[in-house]
Amino acid sequence: MWDYSEKVKELFFNPKNTGVLEGANAVGDVGSISCGDALRLMLKVDPETDIIVDARFQTFGCGSAIASSSALTELIIGKTVDEALQITNQDIAEFLGGLPPEKMHCSVMGAEALHAAVANYRGEEWVDDHEEGALVCKCFAVDSALIEKVARENSLRSVEEVTFYTKAGGGCQSCHEKIEDILQALNGRQPEPVKVAAVKAAAPALTLVQKIQKISAVIDDMRPQFQMDGGNIELVDVEGDTVKLAMSGSCMNCQSSGVTIAGIQERLMLTLGRPVRVIPASAPHA
Amino acid sequence: MTSAYMDNNATTRVDPAVLQSILPYFSEYYGNPSSMHSFGGDVGKRLEEARTSVQSLLGAEHDSEIIFTSCGTESDNTAILSALSAQPGRREIVTSIVEHPAVLSLCEHLERHEGYRIHYIPVDRLGRINMDAYEAALSEQVAVVSMMYANNETGTIFPIEAMARMARAKGAIFHTDAVQAVGKIPLNMRESAIDMLSLSGHKLHAPKGIGALYVRRGTRFRPFLRGGHQERGRRAGTENTTGVIALGKAAELALSHLEYENTRVRAMRDRLEQGLIERVPYSFANGDLDNRLPNTASISFEYIEGEAILMLLSRAGIAASSGSACTSGSLEPSHVLRAMDIPYTAAHGTIRFSLSRETTDAEVDWVLTQTPAIIEQLRRLSPYWGSNGPIQSDKGFEPVYA
Repeated sequence: MWDYSEKVKELFFNPKNTGVLEGANAVGDVGSISCGDALRLMLKVDPETDIIVDARFQTFGCGSAIASSSALTELIIGKTVDEALQITNQDIAEFLGGLPPEKMHCSVMGAEALHAAVANYRGEEWVDDHEEGALVCKCFAVDSALIEKVARENSLRSVEEVTFYTKAGGGCQSCHEKIEDILQALNGRQPEPVKVAAVKAAAPALTLVQKIQKISAVIDDMRPQFQMDGGNIELVDVEGDTVKLAMSGSCMNCQSSGVTIAGIQERLMLTLGRPVRVIPASAPHA
Repeated sequence: MTSAYMDNNATTRVDPAVLQSILPYFSEYYGNPSSMHSFGGDVGKRLEEARTSVQSLLGAEHDSEIIFTSCGTESDNTAILSALSAQPGRREIVTSIVEHPAVLSLCEHLERHEGYRIHYIPVDRLGRINMDAYEAALSEQVAVVSMMYANNETGTIFPIEAMARMARAKGAIFHTDAVQAVGKIPLNMRESAIDMLSLSGHKLHAPKGIGALYVRRGTRFRPFLRGGHQERGRRAGTENTTGVIALGKAAELALSHLEYENTRVRAMRDRLEQGLIERVPYSFANGDLDNRLPNTASISFEYIEGEAILMLLSRAGIAASSGSACTSGSLEPSHVLRAMDIPYTAAHGTIRFSLSRETTDAEVDWVLTQTPAIIEQLRRLSPYWGSNGPIQSDKGFEPVYA
């Protein structure tokens, strides 16, 4: 069974704003029947003020798809159309208290339904440019379609390059075989091997300064990935095994900051060789 | 009754008699059966008794044809890899499109990385194997045929004996993944053409972590795990003594309940299946209904999604499983239902109810009373469902697909 948050369970068992909305003047139908999800979002928009006065949904999908749809309607009612369009799938996931990495696509579908409904309201044509594949990297919630796309567009040849461009494989590293398979299929030859770090001598207990230096080195190492997405990470504090990080900017595909933090945490544990907890620090967004 | 365990194809409860039989071998007789002291107690002897029990359940001629392993997956991998390495000149494998991942993933790996040619034999709408395609795929190039005895999702039984004889005529080794069949239908290896057969303990009321591979005497065999002398050098590694003893006890109990499985359990399954289909409109049963395991019902509830059904069933105390994408973490619905060409809107809403000898009539009643309202509740949320039935296709819901 999935480890759903209490909020997801609550909204699945008792979803809000369900059913057909009579007199809707904006309807968005999106879905991916192959992955078992389809969603109709119906909005009533006041043409004078552009405010969404009511929203309802019908969803064919799993527990988190239904909860994501309910969350979406709650987030947009009362907002203007332009305000509502600012809502991202990350906002939906955060409203739900997080989603398992395999289920992030449910929040993506919610955001797409909103864009489709707004396009319908404005008389525009909406084109779905979002591809979806099997989940490869659990730490950073990256799927095969994205890895293929980025690897093709950038002629990537090694797992390290894929990690650099997409973050996939940068956490616990368990998915490296799958990434190698994707690269092999794409390039028709064996990808370049991952450089294995030299085996370290059994390290004596680290002093706080040494620990901070190691953590900083990991963060410096990962920073270019975040900067490519127009974001950044900074080390704020280290208390025992708790590492506080400030994250800023948006990420191309780190579908929520919670998932990103889990990935950084895996990487730090690998480097320090002990359990580490990473928590976001309350630094203002850049 | 306010709960019902209907997921016995996933795993079964350890029978209390099985549990009792192994407890002393954790606490008192914990010695290694290979050691020369008394802490091993009679454990070596008990392992051989267990082997004899499994032999009886399979109707095998010799007890040495039974090799204990850690699980069904290990048995499947061992069988296929052994057959390949014993016949290096043959570079093809025949299997079905609806196998368990324990076979399919290995075949895909062998295809991609080792250059083997794999024939995936299709099935029809009822999950029956295409015998013409099977016959066409067999040749002197085939090293091994691996076909499941009965499907884990629909219970459909393949004509394994006939297929084994056809494979033998071409000199191919025939393996069957019988993980779902053993203990539910009678087997007689003595008069069979099957060369190797996999089984798993936890599907028949033994604990998880124990399995077995039947290897017919005379079948060329190459071990998967090499090391010590255990299992006559065919599966090295210290014996899972408690697991083996448990599997022996479970095999004995399974044999004595075979008739019950095929009468009482079958009757309860039929009552459950017919009752659900009568009570829930737009639902149907999957598989070869006249030729399947007695304990399995695969029912499609159209226009809704499986995980949502399971979550609501679970809240009502009912354990079942689905062929849906969303419960497995993959994006595609069950490869078995897709291979059977079940429409997407039905495949996603397919629930498997699997019973066992422990299932009661009260549990069946509980599922029958709870399920209709759950299906109705989810259909009210579905964009494919109108006020009183599915939306007609001409004015239907046609989302933009990713």
